Amino acid sequence: MVPEIVRRLVATIPVMGVVAIAVFALLHVTPGDPAVIIAGDYATAEDVAKIRAKLGLDQPFVTQVGIWLGRIVRGDLGTSIYSGLPVTTLIGQRAEATIALTLMSMLISVGVAVPLGVLAAWKKGSLIDRAVMVFAVSGFSMPTFWLGFVLVYVFAVSLHWLPVQGFQPIERGLWPFLRHLILPAVTLSLVFMALIARMTRASMLGVLSEDYIRTAFAKGLAPRRVLVRHALKNAALPIVTIIGLGFALLIGGAVVTESVFALPGLGRLTVDAIIRRDYPVIQGVILVVSGVYVLLNLVVDLVYVVVDPRIKY
Amino acid sequence: MSSSTHALNTELGDGRRPPSEPPPGTAPATPALEGERLSRAGRVLRLLRRQPTLVFGLIVLAVIVVAGLFAPLWWTGDPLEMRPAERLTSPVTGHWFGTDNFGRDVYTRTIYGTRISLIVGATVSIVSLLIGTTLGLVIGFYRRLDAVMMRVMDGLMAIPAILLALALMALMKASVRNVIIALVIPEIPRVIRVVRASVLSLREHTMVEGVRALGARTPRILLRYMLPALLAPLIVQATYICASAILFEAYLSFLGAGTPPHIPSWGNIMAEGKTYVQLAFWIILFPGLFLALTVLAINLVGDGLRETLDVR
Repeated sequence: MVPEIVRRLVATIPVMGVVAIAVFALLHVTPGDPAVIIAGDYATAEDVAKIRAKLGLDQPFVTQVGIWLGRIVRGDLGTSIYSGLPVTTLIGQRAEATIALTLMSMLISVGVAVPLGVLAAWKKGSLIDRAVMVFAVSGFSMPTFWLGFVLVYVFAVSLHWLPVQGFQPIERGLWPFLRHLILPAVTLSLVFMALIARMTRASMLGVLSEDYIRTAFAKGLAPRRVLVRHALKNAALPIVTIIGLGFALLIGGAVVTESVFALPGLGRLTVDAIIRRDYPVIQGVILVVSGVYVLLNLVVDLVYVVVDPRIKY
Repeated sequence: MSSSTHALNTELGDGRRPPSEPPPGTAPATPALEGERLSRAGRVLRLLRRQPTLVFGLIVLAVIVVAGLFAPLWWTGDPLEMRPAERLTSPVTGHWFGTDNFGRDVYTRTIYGTRISLIVGATVSIVSLLIGTTLGLVIGFYRRLDAVMMRVMDGLMAIPAILLALALMALMKASVRNVIIALVIPEIPRVIRVVRASVLSLREHTMVEGVRALGARTPRILLRYMLPALLAPLIVQATYICASAILFEAYLSFLGAGTPPHIPSWGNIMAEGKTYVQLAFWIILFPGLFLALTVLAINLVGDGLRETLDVR
C-alpha cells in the first residue's frame, strides 16, 4: 500500500506541473501586455515598469517559467500587488471559511443525497423516484447565488431565523459558527446533492438487478439491510468517485456562495483579486485549489481499496 | 472533471462529465419499425408519452427563444431607460416585475437578458465542440500524441472551470466576446476527452480496419467514419455545455467579471439587485427564475436526447 501511495503521489507531479505552467501561461496568452493590464487604467509608465520588474516580466519567457516553477517548489507563491503580503499568508487567512463551508456542504449533500438515491433506485418508477429525479435535474439548473438569495430572503429577511451574512470562526463557539454556516452550506450543497443523488440512483439500479440481491430479499432479509449492506456497499465505488470529482463543482460554487454571504474565504479573495487585477493572488489560489483537487482524487483512488477489496494495487 | 488517475474510469463512462452519467437501468427507447407508418400527430403523441420531460423542455426552451428573439414585441419598453421617480417600485404597480434602483423596468430587462444568455450558451457550445472535436479526433488517432496530450488535459481539467474563466476574464476587457472565450477554454479539454474516448474504441472497430484495408487515408477515416458515429454523443454534450455556459455567464457577471455592466444580462441584473435584497427582492427573483427555467429546460432536453439517441 505504501509504495503505491508514493507511486501515485509521484504520478500527480506532471499533472501539477501542467497546472502550474497553465496558470503561469495565462498571463502571456491573453492579448495585451500583462504589466499594463495588471497596472490598471490609471497607471503611469513608472507603475507599469515597477510591476514588470516585480513580476519578472522583463525576463525571457523560459527564464520566467523556470523562476516560477522554482518558487512553487519552495512553497513561495509570490506577494500580492495590492496588499504587499505573501500570497501564502493571504490564502492561510482565508482558508478556514472555505474549508468549513465546503466540508459542511459535503456532509449535508452526502447525508441527504445517498439515502435519496438509494430510495429512488429501490422504488424505481414510483412517485418518489420521479420526485428525486426532478429534484436532481433542478439542482443542476439552479443558479447557486440565486438560490442563496432566495434562502436569505425567506430564512433571514422574512423569518429572522438565521443571520443574513457573515462568518464566525469556530473559536467563538460552535453555535455561532454553525448558525452562520447553515444557509451558505445548504445553498452550496444543492448542486452537489443533485449530482450524488443521481449517481447513487444510477449505481444502485445496476446493483439491484443482480442475482444476489434477489437472493437476499428471497431469504427474507429486511429491505434496509439488503439495501445498505448488500447493495449500497457494492454500489459505492462510482459514488465515492463522483464525490471526488464533484469537488471542482463545490469549489466553483464556493466562490459564488462566499460572495452572496460575505464569507471571508478563498472565493472572496479571488473575486477581490480579480477586481484589483492582483494576479499573483489569482495564480496562487488556482494553484492551491487545483492541488487540493488532485490530491483529493488521489485519496478517492486509495479509498477504493478500502471500499472494494477486489481492487488491489 | 475526470482524472486519468482513476482505475475505474471505464465503469464511469470514460470522460463524460458527471451530470451526464448514464442511468444504466433505463432502457433505451428503441425506435419501433411501425413508427414509420404513424401519422405525424401520432408520432408527437408517442414522443409525449415516452419522453414527457423532453417535450416539456423543448416547449419551455422554444418559449424562451421566441421571447428573446422578438423581445421588443412583448410589451417591453427600453431596457436602458431610467425613471428615477419610479425607482424600486414593487411588481404590483404597473411594472410586472417591478423596477430596479434606477427605475428601470425589470420585466423589460429580463426579457432582453434572454438574448445574452442564449447567444453565450449557443456560441460556447458550438465553438467548444468544433475545437474540441477537431483536437480530440487527431489526439485520439495518433497514439504518440495521445499520451502527452492527455496528461496536459488532466492538468487543465484539474483547474475548476469557474476559476479558470475568472482568471481569464481578469486579463481581458469585459465584453460578450471575451466571456465566450473565457467559457470555451475550460470546456475544450472536456470535449476532447469525450471524443478521444470514442475514437479509441472506434479505432479498433472492424469497420475502420476494413476501410483502412481498402486504402482509405486517415483524414478520410476520421471524417467519414468516425465523425458520424460521434454525432449523437456530441449533440448530447452540446446541450450540457450550453446549460453550464449560461449558468457560468451569470456567475461571471454576478461576480463583476463578466458581461459589461451596461448590458442587461441576467447576471448583471441580479448583481445590481444584490444590494437591495431586503428592499426589492424582485430584482433578483425574476431574472433568476428565468435563468433557472432556461437551464432546466436545456438540461431536460439533454437528458431526453441522451435517452432517445441511446448515448451511454
